[in-house]
Order: sequence, then structure tokens, then C-alpha cells
Amino acid sequence: MSTRTVEFELSTPGVDAAGRDIRVPLGARAREADDFASEHTLINIGPQHPATHGVLRLVIELDGETVTRCIPHIGYLHSGFEKLAEYRHYNQIIPLTDRTDYLSPMANNVCLAMASEKLMGIEITERCQVLRVIACEMSRIISHIVWLGTTGIDIGAFTPFLWLFYQRERIYNLQEAWTGARLTTSLTRVGGMMADIPEGWEAGLRDFCQTFPKVLQEVDTMFTKNAIWCGRNQGVGVISREAAVNGSLSGPLLRSTGVDYDVRKDRPYLGYDTYDFDVPVGEHGDNYDRYLVRLEEMFQSTRILEQALDRLAGLRGAPVNVDDARVILPPKSRAMSDMESMIHHFKQVMEGIRPPVGEAYLGIENPKGELGYYFVSDGTAKPVRWRIRPPSFLNLSALPQMCEGALLSDVIATNASVDIVMGEIDR
Amino acid sequence: MTAAAAASPSVAALRARFGNSILRDRVICGDTVVWVAADRAHEVLSWLRDDPGQGFDYLTDLTAVEYRDGELPLEVVYQLRSLARRADLRIKLELDKAQPLEVESVCDLWAGANWLEREVFDMFGVTFRNHPDLRRILMWETYAEGFPLRKDFPLRGHFSRSEQTRQALAANPEAHYSLEELSIAESYRELSVEMRERLGRGERGEVS
Repeated sequence: MSTRTVEFELSTPGVDAAGRDIRVPLGARAREADDFASEHTLINIGPQHPATHGVLRLVIELDGETVTRCIPHIGYLHSGFEKLAEYRHYNQIIPLTDRTDYLSPMANNVCLAMASEKLMGIEITERCQVLRVIACEMSRIISHIVWLGTTGIDIGAFTPFLWLFYQRERIYNLQEAWTGARLTTSLTRVGGMMADIPEGWEAGLRDFCQTFPKVLQEVDTMFTKNAIWCGRNQGVGVISREAAVNGSLSGPLLRSTGVDYDVRKDRPYLGYDTYDFDVPVGEHGDNYDRYLVRLEEMFQSTRILEQALDRLAGLRGAPVNVDDARVILPPKSRAMSDMESMIHHFKQVMEGIRPPVGEAYLGIENPKGELGYYFVSDGTAKPVRWRIRPPSFLNLSALPQMCEGALLSDVIATNASVDIVMGEIDR
Repeated sequence: MTAAAAASPSVAALRARFGNSILRDRVICGDTVVWVAADRAHEVLSWLRDDPGQGFDYLTDLTAVEYRDGELPLEVVYQLRSLARRADLRIKLELDKAQPLEVESVCDLWAGANWLEREVFDMFGVTFRNHPDLRRILMWETYAEGFPLRKDFPLRGHFSRSEQTRQALAANPEAHYSLEELSIAESYRELSVEMRERLGRGERGEVS
């Protein structure tokens, strides 16, 4: 029960009927504190609200302006992807992954292909590894751009959003040139890629890597020491290191509390251990540290992209897909001219690939946190179970803990800093 | 392929400590999987978290698997990780589908299990004993078609499309609030009879 008293009577300048200046009180006169503090208010934010970043609904119990309880409701975008996958071939699941975390579709595609390959024990080619690293890091940059831009808007800064979205557009153009799609990329296939990069594509990414850090530095200048930005973010939405580990948080949220765990470093995949990059780690576990961690991750992703481009130059003409008839289609020219290849193509498309009986869990460091795909196979062409370990889902489950006791306006800032994507939470 | 990969050293420690409760273990695609008797699962998981030699302080994931073969039991799967040792372990429990599907909640060990267990309850109908707030999470409170990820659940649901539409249009808007929230808003009287009955049985939430 709040005992806060109203100390000042708020008023605003105005004029009376005779045209003289007077002070007009705002609303009713100050009442006894108990009058309005005795009753808690229940407010509903969402599911359609620009600050909830998707169809998230928060029911918030307020004591005055202080949040005493925050209850998230999810499921408005539930599409049953996990159920659908039980009726599909492995390569047919890839389009579903585009639609889970739709802010980083290429990274999801990579995770799905890698989980299937783990199940089948396939080693992919070196060029494919480098291409997948490029796909993952491009995804990380565009996902963090959306996060930073929209968080800025939530807190009242519109300009960086426009600067950043211009940069995002450049990646989207590259993505479109590579995959033919801007959003639903479906880039990978089990054992390889849907397509190699087109001729001259590297130049565009190289240009991006050279100019993007300058934009980031401008954003850094605008935000990092900005009084409003610091005031709204520092010490807000704090979660302790212990609570973050116990609550299964991952990604920038976990690292902002000081836990040095990044799947790319600690369980290296795609040869990430051979790239030179740093993992930023925060210490306070508040919104501001999460901002710093993500900002630095974008710089580091640019570094990784440059190294990957250098490697790609040395792998010109190297094969992208594995030489494994179980998973890879024969070249179209052969399928149209040679009987064996045509039968192979037909069986592959109609029957799908068949992993052995078994199960595999594979986690990768997605922009939002650790994305894990868990496959259980019974030896048929369709998985028994496809489980998505959704990073946003677990990160969001800690939101009440971060908001309770804070002000209502902090809920918006904190929810933005958690960086959720509802497609992945609801699946 | 890491078919010949050695099992995690935790397996030997588990067998030494829990004996017959450790049903079997296998290395599948390089990951160690241990099947544990369901009645001692909480004890085993608690030990794995707290024993200094194990230190599995991070619950990566919690889910369930039902096989197409109806004879096989339903499995509840825990993906554990030790952040300090950078080690992983997968623990599985088997639940006989002829019996009520019930296991002990691990929310007291890992707070992250809260929503994960709610999801397993929502999708598979597994009840987690001592869970602080076990209710549907992705489907809505009054969803009546069953548990979507069970194999006996058709892809498009049990009800026809017209029945689903009729129910959606006839839904009580108050049903969009959980009982817990309604208890704050004191609109208990607005609840549907069925929800009030469930509340009366003390199924969840507290209403003044």
C-alpha cells in the first residue's frame, strides 16, 4: 500500500473570462494519499500495441505508477510449427524456420541444416561453412539493427532508427541477391546451400563492412552518453547473474549480467573458433549493458564478415554441397540427361532424406540467444519430433522479474531491451 | 561422425550414486543421454545441479517426445548444461501412457523451467506436481480440443473448422484474462460457470 503524498498542486498557465492570466489546476485538487493509493489498477498492454514488438499482451497491476505484478500472455501468433514439422520432410521444414524468428531467417536456416546434419553425421564443405558464417553474421546485424532502431523509438529517439534501417536495407538487398527473397530466405539445404553467392556479390558485402561501422559510431555518439538514454536505461530492468543463469536466459541478456557464455566460443560450430573476434560481456545486467553488448556485437560481426570474405576469396570454385547422394540432388543438367540421376532426383524429392534412428540437439548463437533445434528420428523421412528451443521465449519469461517494482514507463524500455520476436515465442 | 564418442563422466557418477534408478544410458550423435526412473527424477536432477563435481546449473531446454509407435512411453527430456565446465547432459524420463502423465516439477531448481513445463503441459498434457502456476501458455485458457502435440491429435484439430469458428466468435471476452488477473480486478462474477467451478475446486489462482 503506497503512502506517497502529493506535495505540489500541479497547475498550468491559462486565461480567465476577462482575459487575465491565471493558473489552472490540472485535474482534481490533491487528495488524501490513501484515497487513490488503496486501489490497485489493472492495465492491459497489447496484444496490438506498438511498444510490445509483436502480439505480446502484458497485464500489469499498478500501485500508483509502480508495477506490482506483470503477467505476460503469449500464444497469439501460435502456428503449430512443431506439429507441422512432423508431417514434413527435413528440407521442407526449412521454410518453417524462416517464419519463427523472422528477423534473422538465415541464421535459423543454418541451425536447421546443422541439426539435420548432426543427426545424419554429415561433414559439410569448407566453402559451405564460410557461407553459413556469413549468413549468420548478416542475420545478427539486421536483427540487432531492428532491436536498436525500435528501442530508440520506444524511448523517443527517431533519427537513429532511420540511419540504421537504411543500413538494414543494404543487407536485405544482399540477401535478396543471394536467395531471391528478402524475408523468407530458405537459404540452406541439408548438406549444403540452396545457392552459392552470385558473381560479384562479395563486393557489395565488402562495401557494407567498410561503411557500416561508421554509422554505428554515429549511433554510438548519439546514444551512449546521451542523458535521456542513460537515464531511461541505466539501472532499469536489472537481473542478477544468478537469476539469469537459473532462469535459462541466453544471448546478450545472459552476457549483460557478466556470464561469459557464447555458443560460438564455447561450443564452436562452423569453425567459429578459427575466427578472431571478441565476445562483449556486461556487468550490471540492466538495459544499458544489454545495449552496450549488442552494439559491440555488431562491430564484432562486421569483423567476422570481413575475415569470412577473405577466406571466401581463397575458396573460389570450391564445392558448396557435400558429395553425398543421400542428401544432395544431382545437378539439373544430369537429371535431365541421365536416367540414374533422374530417378535419384525423383526419389529424393518425393521421398525425402532419411536420417537414421536417433536424436540430436544442436544449439547455435542466434542474435536473440541460443537457438536450439532438437530432432528425434525414427528412421523415416519425417521427424518424430522437432523441438525449437526458442531463446526469446525463455528471455521473455524473466520479464516480470525485471519489471516488478519499476515504473510503468520502464516496462516499455525493459520489454524493448529484452529483444523478443513473437514468431519465435509462439511458434 | 562421433559415433565412438565416450559417454559423459557424469554417467558413472550417477550410477554410483543412484544405482538402479539409472535405467540406461547411450551416446547418440555425440551426446550422452541418460534414462532415469521417473519417481526419482527430481532427486537426480537436484543432485546434478548441486553436486560440486557435476554443477549442471543451467537448464538449456525441457520438452517431451511422443513416438509414433503407441506402445512406446512418452518421454520428458531435460537438456542440462554446466556453464562452468562447458558440459552438456540429456536426462530422459519415461511415462507410461496408460497411467496419468505426472512428474515432479523442477521449477524449484531452475526458474527457467516455469514456462517450459507450462508448454509441455499445454502441448502434451503432462502434469507437473508442485508447479507454481500450471496453466496453458500457447493455447488459451478455455481451449477444449486437447493437447496438440500428442500423436492422436489430428493436424487440423479435433473440431471442424466451423465449430472452431463458432467457438471463437462465442468466446467470453473475460476468458482472455486469467483467473489470477480477474482476482485482481474483482470481476469473479463475470466468469463463465465452468471457470468458476474449476476455481471452486481450487485448480489454480487465488480469488478473494
